[in-house]
Amino acid sequence: MEITQQEVEKVAKLARLALTDIEKAAFAKQLSQILTHVETLKQYDTTGVVPTATMPGQMNVFRPDMVRPSLPVDSVVANAPESVDGFFVVPKIIEDRQPL
Amino acid sequence: MSIHKLSLYELHEKFAAGEVTAVEIVRAYGLRMSQVEPKVKAYITQVKDTAIAQASALDASLKGWRKTLPMMGMPLAIKDNICTEGVLTTCASRMLGNFVPPYDATVIAKLRAQGYLLLGKTNLDEFAMGSSTENSAVGPSRNPWSLQCVPGGSSGGSAAAVAADECAAALGSDTGGSIRQPAAFCGVVGLKPTYGRVSRYGLIAFASSLDQIGPITKDVRDAAFLLGTIAGHDPLDSTSADVPVPDYLKALKKRDLKKLKIGVPVEFFAEGLDHEVEQVVRAAIQQLKELGGEIKEIQLPQTSAAVATYYVIATAEASSNLARYDGVKFGLRAKETKGLLELYMKTRQEGFGPEVKRRIMLGTYVLSAGYYDAYYGKAQAVRTLIRQDFEAAFQDVDLIATPVTPTPAFKFGAKADDPLQMYLSDIFTISANLAGVSAISVPCGFSQAGLPIGFQLIGRPFEEETLLRAAHAYEQSTQWRAKKPTIR
Repeated sequence: MEITQQEVEKVAKLARLALTDIEKAAFAKQLSQILTHVETLKQYDTTGVVPTATMPGQMNVFRPDMVRPSLPVDSVVANAPESVDGFFVVPKIIEDRQPL
Repeated sequence: MSIHKLSLYELHEKFAAGEVTAVEIVRAYGLRMSQVEPKVKAYITQVKDTAIAQASALDASLKGWRKTLPMMGMPLAIKDNICTEGVLTTCASRMLGNFVPPYDATVIAKLRAQGYLLLGKTNLDEFAMGSSTENSAVGPSRNPWSLQCVPGGSSGGSAAAVAADECAAALGSDTGGSIRQPAAFCGVVGLKPTYGRVSRYGLIAFASSLDQIGPITKDVRDAAFLLGTIAGHDPLDSTSADVPVPDYLKALKKRDLKKLKIGVPVEFFAEGLDHEVEQVVRAAIQQLKELGGEIKEIQLPQTSAAVATYYVIATAEASSNLARYDGVKFGLRAKETKGLLELYMKTRQEGFGPEVKRRIMLGTYVLSAGYYDAYYGKAQAVRTLIRQDFEAAFQDVDLIATPVTPTPAFKFGAKADDPLQMYLSDIFTISANLAGVSAISVPCGFSQAGLPIGFQLIGRPFEEETLLRAAHAYEQSTQWRAKKPTIR
């Protein structure tokens, strides 16, 4: 499986990850190697096999919809890079919107 | 009496009997850490001063009353991807370099409720992605048996701290072998519990369907002792199982292994297994036989698919879990960016190291439109086949015995430039995560070069008692645990 530098750039954008040219070249080579190994999965016949997403016996868990204590706002925003009056601060979103 | 040389359980007995105070315990470990930590570098953050304050408060509250809880006064080290309220939790990443959790992980809340003493947070491969601690943003930890060798990973700091007597016991996390492999490399015991046995609440997520917290300890009894404290259902983790927690210490009482069927899978003794490791592990299996175990050759035909399956599923889940690091709610934020998209992209570029980026890229790729079925869907289906291999084997045998690693600890840099080679060295441990079963790594000898070698026992889901009983019977019939590293 050959991954091109263009594909690396596309995936990096999907992953919201800026990469240097050196990283792009390295990842193209390494991902190609790893995916070539992953291709060996093709030899296993999985016709009609139910995929495993989690362990058997697990199911949706419900709890009563009740008001419960939660973390104080101050302690939640304490780790934020920028906050004002208990809110997270982000750059303006609407004006800066650009096609992805 | 050298406090730091005692096992966790021995220390508990002395503390409960009033023969040692909590302050004496912390002082002893503080001294030990000041002697060996500059060489071993097991910790990212040390909190000795807080531990002393907690210990003296504990001693004062215990005057004339020695009814102690299991972990009361016990000095532990915690892997730095498990949230500790008020104590830096970095995941060995620049991204979380200044992250102080506002809450405790459930395992920490349980330890805290019993009055444990936190000595510090241990090093790991960034976000638990790696097998050597070489991917840590603060630099690697070293193997106490040979400072030129890696301690293994990702819980390498925890394993090194236990091996170097820098804590009485430690917690690690295991997604594809991250408890068992460093335990084997450092000559200590590492237990990956059944998926769902221990709450993951507050464990910073890598791959949610595979991650599990477990003990890294000086001996098997300590693993049973610590597991009993951290196991159990937790409403805060919907994948934690509502299965009663048995008395794991009681399970150790039976010393012979009569009527226990132990399977040896042929696929685990194939090409790529180091000759010395094979010899030592086969000798351990022979010892299980002498203890009364019935040894049987079995097959786990899908073993060769495990690495590929794992690196699709684990990276897919990681790419999703790590999407939360966007420079908004916590962690790093890149400076001087224009607009939101650039803020995300630059923050993640600056915050993540090469291995984390590589896995996010791989995970994003296998989940992306057009490739989802071919890679992610396929891997999930093969995971079912791997799980069925174990289900079939456990119809026939009670335990499975295998090597933990293809080689003893390797030197720094030996595999750092070849991600695929590093991934392939996880071959013997990742199947247990994919199948969700329990597994333990137990020291069983040394290489010619004096590096520890471990063997693995794999058990049925929620049958940690059988696993611990067999591991304990083996351990008690050998003397490997008596040997300690000379740190130089």
